[in-house]
Amino acid sequence: MTAIGEKGVQDLSVQIHAAEETPRGYGAMKRKEDTRFIRGHGQYVDDVVLPGMLHGAVLRSPLAHARIVRLDTSAAEAHPKVHAVITGQTLAGLGLAWMPTLSQDTQAVLATDKVRFQGQEVAFVVADDRYAARDALALIDVEYDALEPVVDAKRALEPGTPVIRDDKDGKTDNHIFDWESGDRTATDEVFAEAEAAEDQLVVVQDMIYPRVHPAPLETCGAIADMDPVTGKLTLWTTTQAPHAHRTLYALVAGLPEHKIRIISPDIGGGFGNKVGIYPGYVCAVVASIVTGKPVKWMEDRSENLMSTSFARDYHMRGEVAVTREGRIRGVRVHVLADHGAFDATAQPTAFPAGFFGVFTGSYDLEAAHCAVTGVYTNKAPGGVAYACSFRITEAVYLIERMVDVVAHDLAMDPAELRMRNLLRPEQFPYQSKTGWEYDSGDYPHTFRVALDKAGYDELRAEQADRRRRFDAGEPVALMGIGLSFFTEAVGAGPRRTMDILGLGMADGAELRIHPTGKAVLRVSCQSQGQGHETTFAQIVAQELGISPDDIDVVHGDTDQTPFGLGTYGSRSTPVSGAATAVVARKVRERAKIVAAAMMEVSTDDLEWDDGRWQVAGDPDASRSMADIAMAAHSNLELPEGVEGQLDATCVYNPPNLTYPCGAYICVVDVDPGTGAVDVRRFVAVDDCGVRINPMIVEGQVHGGLADGVGMALMQCIAFDLDGNCLGGSMMDYLLPTSLECPSWELGETVTPSPHHPIGAKGVGESATVGSPPAVVNAVIDALAPYDVRHADMPLTPAAVWCAAQGHPLRPDLGIT
Amino acid sequence: MQITVSVNGESYVRDVEPRLLLTHFLRDELRLTGTHWGCDTSNCGACVVRLDGVPVKSCTVLAVMADGAEVSTVEGLAHGRSEAELDPVQEGFMVCHGLQCGFCTPGMMLTSRALLDRDPAPSAETIREAISGQICRCTGYENIVRSVQWAAAKEAAVRGSADTDTSEAMA
Amino acid sequence: MQVPAQFEYHKATSVDDAIALLTRHGPESFLVAGGHSLLPMMKLRLAEPETLIDINGLDELAVVAVESDHVRIGAMVRHSALLSSPVIAEHFPIFTDAERLIADPIVRNRGTVGGSLCQADPSEDLSAAFSAMRATAVIRGADGEREVPVREFHRGPYETAAAHEEILVAVRVPIRAGSGSAYAKLERRAGDWAVASAGAMLRLEGETVAEVGIGLSAVGAPHFVAPEAEEHLRGGPASDAAFVEAGRIASAHCSPSADQRGPVDYKRHLAGELTTRVLRRAARRSRGEEA
Repeated sequence: MTAIGEKGVQDLSVQIHAAEETPRGYGAMKRKEDTRFIRGHGQYVDDVVLPGMLHGAVLRSPLAHARIVRLDTSAAEAHPKVHAVITGQTLAGLGLAWMPTLSQDTQAVLATDKVRFQGQEVAFVVADDRYAARDALALIDVEYDALEPVVDAKRALEPGTPVIRDDKDGKTDNHIFDWESGDRTATDEVFAEAEAAEDQLVVVQDMIYPRVHPAPLETCGAIADMDPVTGKLTLWTTTQAPHAHRTLYALVAGLPEHKIRIISPDIGGGFGNKVGIYPGYVCAVVASIVTGKPVKWMEDRSENLMSTSFARDYHMRGEVAVTREGRIRGVRVHVLADHGAFDATAQPTAFPAGFFGVFTGSYDLEAAHCAVTGVYTNKAPGGVAYACSFRITEAVYLIERMVDVVAHDLAMDPAELRMRNLLRPEQFPYQSKTGWEYDSGDYPHTFRVALDKAGYDELRAEQADRRRRFDAGEPVALMGIGLSFFTEAVGAGPRRTMDILGLGMADGAELRIHPTGKAVLRVSCQSQGQGHETTFAQIVAQELGISPDDIDVVHGDTDQTPFGLGTYGSRSTPVSGAATAVVARKVRERAKIVAAAMMEVSTDDLEWDDGRWQVAGDPDASRSMADIAMAAHSNLELPEGVEGQLDATCVYNPPNLTYPCGAYICVVDVDPGTGAVDVRRFVAVDDCGVRINPMIVEGQVHGGLADGVGMALMQCIAFDLDGNCLGGSMMDYLLPTSLECPSWELGETVTPSPHHPIGAKGVGESATVGSPPAVVNAVIDALAPYDVRHADMPLTPAAVWCAAQGHPLRPDLGIT
Repeated sequence: MQITVSVNGESYVRDVEPRLLLTHFLRDELRLTGTHWGCDTSNCGACVVRLDGVPVKSCTVLAVMADGAEVSTVEGLAHGRSEAELDPVQEGFMVCHGLQCGFCTPGMMLTSRALLDRDPAPSAETIREAISGQICRCTGYENIVRSVQWAAAKEAAVRGSADTDTSEAMA
Repeated sequence: MQVPAQFEYHKATSVDDAIALLTRHGPESFLVAGGHSLLPMMKLRLAEPETLIDINGLDELAVVAVESDHVRIGAMVRHSALLSSPVIAEHFPIFTDAERLIADPIVRNRGTVGGSLCQADPSEDLSAAFSAMRATAVIRGADGEREVPVREFHRGPYETAAAHEEILVAVRVPIRAGSGSAYAKLERRAGDWAVASAGAMLRLEGETVAEVGIGLSAVGAPHFVAPEAEEHLRGGPASDAAFVEAGRIASAHCSPSADQRGPVDYKRHLAGELTTRVLRRAARRSRGEEA
C-alpha cells in the first residue's frame, strides 16, 4: 500500500488482484454489494413493482424530419386496458411539452410541431400491463408531412439547408455555438514559422470520432409515483445523478423540490447514458399525476440506442507544427461537433465542448488552439456520454492519432517521438497552453514501464520479420503495434468554474457513528457498478481504524443522502471520495476530544496509532473508535463545545481537477485478405494515484479497454441520407464479446495527487479514453505496407480493406 | 393457457397468454427478478436461464414452450443462505471480481455452471467461447474467465478431497 | 422490452398433427421451432402470425442418422447437436466449421437446422453449406414425402419450395468417399451475420476434381451457389491456381448489396477470397492433410 501523500512514484509488483481477507483499510477485498448480485437479489428499476402500478410505452417517430399533420389517439384510448394516452398537446396544456436540457437548450418531451429525429417521442400510452401498452401503440394513427432531413454534419451550415430548430424564434440556420480555447495568435505564429522553416513542417489530418452509444446492459427507465394525498412524487429511476435530477424536475415540472424523492436503486451500468433526463421519465411523471397511480416506463433496446444520449460525433481537423527532429511545437484543431436535434449534452456550463481543451495531451508544447463549432442535425440528441470525461476521449484520440501521423510523415518510431515530447516530471504542476494545471505525473517513467512490459523492441523485431515475409509473398498476417499516452482531467470540479445548470460541482458526505462503533456513510454519488459500497467503506475504514464490513454506504436516494452532482466524468473518487476522507477525519478529530476526556488527558497528549487514539508513549493507554463512540453517546462529561456523538458532515469543493495518466500498447494482427483485425495483446499501465481497492481499479480498467476495442473496431451509430438510424438494435450496433477481447496485461505506476486528501485521482474512464487510439494506431501501423496514414473508426473488416485499397469509408454515413 | 413449469425445483401452475415471454413469466409472474433482459434480439444474454439443463435466452422462448420443463435461474444456484452454501461459480465471481454492475452476472453464471457441468476443467479459450453470446459492458470479460477458472479449481480440489475421503473410507 | 402481438398457440404432437394444424389454421399460421429468427421478428411486429404451431416436441425430427450412402439430418436437430455430432465431424467438416460460426453457443442450443433453412435469410450459413454439399431437402405434406435438391429449395429471400401446408422434415447429405469440405465466414464480430461466407465440397480423383460444390452466402448468389466457379473446376486439376481462378469467377458472378457490413466491391472481393480459401482447405481435407 502506498503511504498517503508520499511524494514520487512507486511501482507495485503485483498487478492482478483477487480478493484477499478483508483488509482494515485499502487493499483488494471482496465487494460488499456482490452478496446480493450473485444471488440475483439486486434491485434494478424494472425489478420494482408498486401496488396498482400501470405501464407506459412511447410511440416514436419513424421519420427523421417531418411535420405532424394529424395525431389520432382515439382507437388507442378505446383499448380496454388503456388508462390514458398523453400527447404533445396534453403536455402543452400543462406547459411541459418542452423541457430544458443540461446545455441550456430546450428539448421536446413529446413532439407538438415537428419530429426532428428518427425515434423521437410522439405519444405516451398508459395501460394495465406492458403488453397492452405496446399493443395500443399500434392503434395510434399519425400522419406526417416528410421534410428533408439534415444528416451530414458537414452540410448542416450550408446555405439553403433546412432549419431544424424552427421552434426557436428567429432561427435561420443550424448553428449552435462557436467556442475556442488556447492562444490563437501565438499558435498561428508557430504554424507560420513551421511552414516557412526548412527544418520544420506542418502535418494535417482530418478524422472523425464517430457517433457511438454507451449501451449499458440495463436500458433506461423510471417508475413515477405521485401520491395524490401528500403531493409527494417518488421517482425510481436509472440515474447517475439523483440530486441533479431532483432539482431539474423541480425546475421542469414546477414541483416543490422537497416534494420530490429520487431513488436510484441498483443500476445496470451507466457509462454516461444515465446522466440526462429523458422524455420517457417526464411522461411517466405526468402519467402518474394524470392517473393517480404509479407508472413504470422501461425503454426497449432500440429505444435506448435510437433516442438516448449518444457520444462523440466529432469531425476534427488536427494540425501539428513539428521540427524534423521530432520536436512538437504546436497543435491546432478545428472541430465540427454534431449535437443532434437538441443540444442536450451534459457538461459544465462554461464548457460547451466539454474538456476538449485538454487536446494538448501529455506533451510540452509552445502553443495550442482549438475552435469548435456545434451544429444541429436530424439525429438523436446527446453528445457527452460514454465514459468520455467530458470529451477528453475525443481530445486524446485527436492528439494520439496526430502524433502517429507525425511519426508516419517523419518516418520516426512513434515511441521515440512520444518520449521526446512527453512532459518531464520536474514540470509539474504543469500549466498547459490551454489553461489546465496538471497536478502530478512522471510520464517518461510510466511510458517506459509500458514499453518494457510489452517488450517493445522485440515486438518491433517480430514485426520487421513478418513484413519481410509478407513482402516476399508469404500468406502472413500483418502485425501492428499501436501506442497511446493519455492524460485525463477528472473530478469536476472547482465550483468557482464548474457547474451544471448553475449547480456547483461540489459533493457532500455525511458520516454517522453508531454507539457500538459501526458506521453509516451517506454520499451523493451513485454507483452503476463501480463498487462504491466497498471502496467508500474502505476509505472510512482506513481513516477510522474500523472494518469496512462495519460501515454501510448509503447512496441513490435523495431523501437519505446529502446533495451532490453524482457519478460521471470519473468524479466519484476525486470528489465524493475526498468528501468521505474529509468527513472521516472530522469524526476522528471529534473522537480525539472524547478520547481525551475518557482518559482524562489533554488532546495534545494523544496520537493516532493503528486505528486508536493513544497517549503518546503509552501503548496501554488507548481507545478504539468503538470505545470512543459508546462514550460519546454516554453520560460521559464532554469538554465545552462538544455536543456529544461523533457524527459529521462535509461538502468537498475540489481545488483542482485530478490528472490520471497512462501508457497503452496494443498489438494486432490484420488479415490482408479480409481486413479482419485480431487484437493479440493489450498492455495498459495506468497511473491513477493511490489505489483504494486495486482489484476494483483493475476491473475498471478492463472494462474501459473492452470499450476501446469496441469503439475502435465495431461500435458506430451511422445514419443513411434519409436519416434512418443504422445502429438501432444490438444486431446492428455491435458490442465486443469475450472473443474480441484479449487477456488484458495491466501494469501501474503510482503518482499521488498532491491536492487530493488521499492522493487518489479516479480511474473510471481512463481506459475508455486512452485505448481507442492505441487500437487504431496499431491497425494503421499494420497497414504500413499499403502506406495507409489514417482511417476512421470503426475499423471493421470492410473499413480496413477499403483503407488498404486507398478509398477509406466514411463512418458517419451509411455505406452505399 | 395453463402451464406447469418447475422452476428451481418448485412447481408452478399458471394461466398465461401464449405470447408471454419466459423472461416475463419468471420476472412478472413468479417475481424471480434475478433473470434480467438487455436487448430484444437475443444478442445480449442477460436473460439466460437453463431449460431442462440447457442454457437458453429466455427472452426468445415463450413461457408456453416451457410447459412441463425444468427451469433453473440464478435464484436456484446457491443451496442455502450462508456463504458456505454458494455455488463455487458464485464464489468465484466474488473472489475474482467477475462482476461490476451485476446485470449480466446471472446469465454469465448460469452459462458458466452449465459449462463446468460438462467440462470440469475448461481452458480460458473454452470459457470465452462459452460466454461469447453474452455481453458484459463492465468487466472486459477477463475476470469472468478467471472466476470460472477459480470455480473449476475449487471443484477439482473438493473432488480431490472427496476421492481421498472415499478411498480412506474404503481402506 | 419489445413483446409480440397476440396469437393462438398449438403444440404439435406429430408431424401429421402439425400438417393438420397448418391446414386448419390457414396461411396466417406459422411453425415455430427454435424461434430465434421468428420471435425477434414478432417482437418487432414485423411478423404477426395469427397462430403459432410449436414443433419443439417432435423428437423424431431431432435425429442425425447414417442411412447407407447418406446422412439424414432431422429438421429439429439443434445447431449445438450438429456441431457436436461425431458423424457430422467425420463426414462433413463443412458443417462443423459452419456451426462454430453460426450465432452464438446459447442461440445454437435452441436454433434448429430446419428453422435456419426455412427462414431462408440471404445471409444464412447452412443454406450455403447444404448447397455446397448438394444435399436434398425432404418435405412432408398431407400426401406424403417429396424430395427437392437443396439448390432448388430456396426460391428467393425468405421463400422456399415448401408449401404452406408442408414441413421440411430432414435434409439428406450424400457421403462421398475421399471428399473434403470446408466453410469460412467473415463476420464483423463473433455472433454477427456473415459479411460474406463460402463453403466448398471437393471430391478428388488423384489430383483431378471429380465433384465440386461451392456455396456462398450474404453475397447475392442465386440459390446460394457459384455454378460458374464449379464448372471451371470440374474435371480440371485441383491446383492452387485453379482455386484462385474459381474464386475470381465466383467473385465476378455474385451480386452483393452494400450495407453496414461493407460496400459492394469489398463483398465481391471477399466472395472470391473465401471461395479460394475453402477450396484449398477442402482439398487438403480430401487428401487427408488436415482434419
